Amino acid sequence: MDDTELRDAVVAELRRIAPEVDADDLDDRRPLRRQVDLDSLDWLRFLLGLHDRLGVEIPEADYPQLSTLGEVVGYLRARL
Amino acid sequence: MRPSIIHQSAAGHRVPPNFADYEAERARFTWAAARAELAETPGGGLNIAHNAVTRHARGPGRDRVAFRFLAGADARTVTYGELDADTNRFANVLAGLGVGRGDAVFVLAGRIPELYLAVLGSLKNGSPVSPLFAAFGPEPIATRLNLGSGRVLVTTASLYRTKVAKIRDRVPTLRHVLVVPDDPDDPEPTPPGTVDLTALLAAASDDFATVPTAPDDLALLHFTSGTTGTPKGAMHVHEAAVTHWATGRYALDLHPDDVFWCTADPGWVTGTSYGIIAPLLHGVTSVVDAADFDAGRWYRILAEQRVTVWYTAPTAIRMLMKAGPDLARAWPRPDLRLIASVGEPLNPEAVWWGRDVLGLSIHDNWWQTETGGIMIANTPAFDIKPGSMGRPLPGVEATIVRRTDDGVEPLGDGVEGELALRAGWPSMFRGYLNNPERYARCFAGDWYLTGDLAERDADGYYWFVGRADDVIKSAGHLIGPFEVESVLMEHPAVAEAAVIGKPDAMVGEIVKAFVSLKRDVVADETLRLDILAHARRRLGAAVAPKELGFLDSLPRTRSGKIMRRLLKARELGLPEGDTSTMEGGAS
Repeated sequence: MDDTELRDAVVAELRRIAPEVDADDLDDRRPLRRQVDLDSLDWLRFLLGLHDRLGVEIPEADYPQLSTLGEVVGYLRARL
Repeated sequence: MRPSIIHQSAAGHRVPPNFADYEAERARFTWAAARAELAETPGGGLNIAHNAVTRHARGPGRDRVAFRFLAGADARTVTYGELDADTNRFANVLAGLGVGRGDAVFVLAGRIPELYLAVLGSLKNGSPVSPLFAAFGPEPIATRLNLGSGRVLVTTASLYRTKVAKIRDRVPTLRHVLVVPDDPDDPEPTPPGTVDLTALLAAASDDFATVPTAPDDLALLHFTSGTTGTPKGAMHVHEAAVTHWATGRYALDLHPDDVFWCTADPGWVTGTSYGIIAPLLHGVTSVVDAADFDAGRWYRILAEQRVTVWYTAPTAIRMLMKAGPDLARAWPRPDLRLIASVGEPLNPEAVWWGRDVLGLSIHDNWWQTETGGIMIANTPAFDIKPGSMGRPLPGVEATIVRRTDDGVEPLGDGVEGELALRAGWPSMFRGYLNNPERYARCFAGDWYLTGDLAERDADGYYWFVGRADDVIKSAGHLIGPFEVESVLMEHPAVAEAAVIGKPDAMVGEIVKAFVSLKRDVVADETLRLDILAHARRRLGAAVAPKELGFLDSLPRTRSGKIMRRLLKARELGLPEGDTSTMEGGAS
């Protein structure tokens, strides 16, 4: 899976939680939760969904490193 | 099997508890005496902000820190003296705009310092104030602004652009929108139709004579939800401060040197009564964090800010439990001495988890938007019964009743009924906006009927059983099914909609929607996501459904009412109960 495919997978998972999101409007460098209206439960479900979809363990202690879309993709890339 | 009681007493505490003898303190206590401990406003009357801010700023507490505002890695402290000056500036901004006593001010913002200035400055100006939850979508915002005849809205430039601009022409009472520029890269920090609050504050005088509001002048508007109809605007008066003061002493055990952290957002009543007012009345230092929940960050705040009293919520506690004990133990908390929780019943496992992992039992307490302050609580000098909301505080008389044709009938210990409170405590709501009938229906004789089903045990502890209506409680917040259903019905494919609370291990209940579709519309995944997207755009993530299912038709009573309870029973795989009144009979 290249970075574009990985980003697409992450956005697809995000859109399962927040289907109002337009993938083209997302800025990979800005915190996701500043761009998309996600409450705490949405965020948790998003991260759990990534785990289920991609099989990558995301321990709670790592959540703070996962703020922007770019960070999420980079984090997953390193562990796939 | 864990014991059913955690024994505690008045002895052995590093700081002796304020509330140490249950019967004697309740016998001694009067609301009049508590009221006498607050100060009159110069010119007469009672004003929340005068007692919360000015009284300290003019005394020995002047240089004490009132707030530590945390945002990202930054921290900004504000002393009582500075808070007095800044809230005076805000009051002068309002006065300069011709906004006076009785004109409602709404605030829609995250936990930024301006929110706190706006709430307290409005109170000084005699303007009722209503903080709205920033996660609301445009629809809940418009509904609430209109219900409260909002004249001023304080918000941020980004929230204005994404949520308010599109509904502004639907709120005819709204004259002034004051924005805080919140994005340094924003080419247009003050959107058209708004005024830069920062500039107005900088130009305003820091001298202001607090309006001598009467004790029963309207001070705070908090919106809550019922099963039917629009949200209810609960009206609270300046005298509510007497309850905030007394409960800060008894339930939160506040002492002058405390560092207090209430994690609730001021968009909900807890975040205003206890995130703003009660700690200021006691002259303590409050921590305010602008960030969303993050387990590691929260533990760091508790440790680094040396929090002594922490008031939080079951959803947050369960998220901390999920994050595991290692994170909890990585941040020693020698200063923390009391943890309290509110929002929904705290499960016994969580109370015990506090004791085992955090080293402190968690004290659950109970109250609601209408009560304005804590009514029933587990407190540090008395035994905790995990899973119980505790016992009534001084000044609060509670009972369990059954509604009858001509009033209510009190029930004995161990019998499930509706929790009722003897009317007349100072923070009792004084009405629902524009809805005197609905207000009147909340009372039977001297009793306020809470709508919560509960039981009292032989030791006088109260146990929450459930709601008497279909209101959904998610992450401690009430969500009215009607508000959600109305928005779902706007979707062109939807014929009917019903919304229930589906039990969830983390947030208590999540909003689950059922819809039936118009003729010839095909139910598929694309449509499901499209309806969910519509609901999220209009309602915001905090209110919109998390799940949505299609049904051919929704079960209705013969009189046409949708049977949400039946949908819920089906969802949970429970017996469906008596369906004899159902359209088409039981099937």
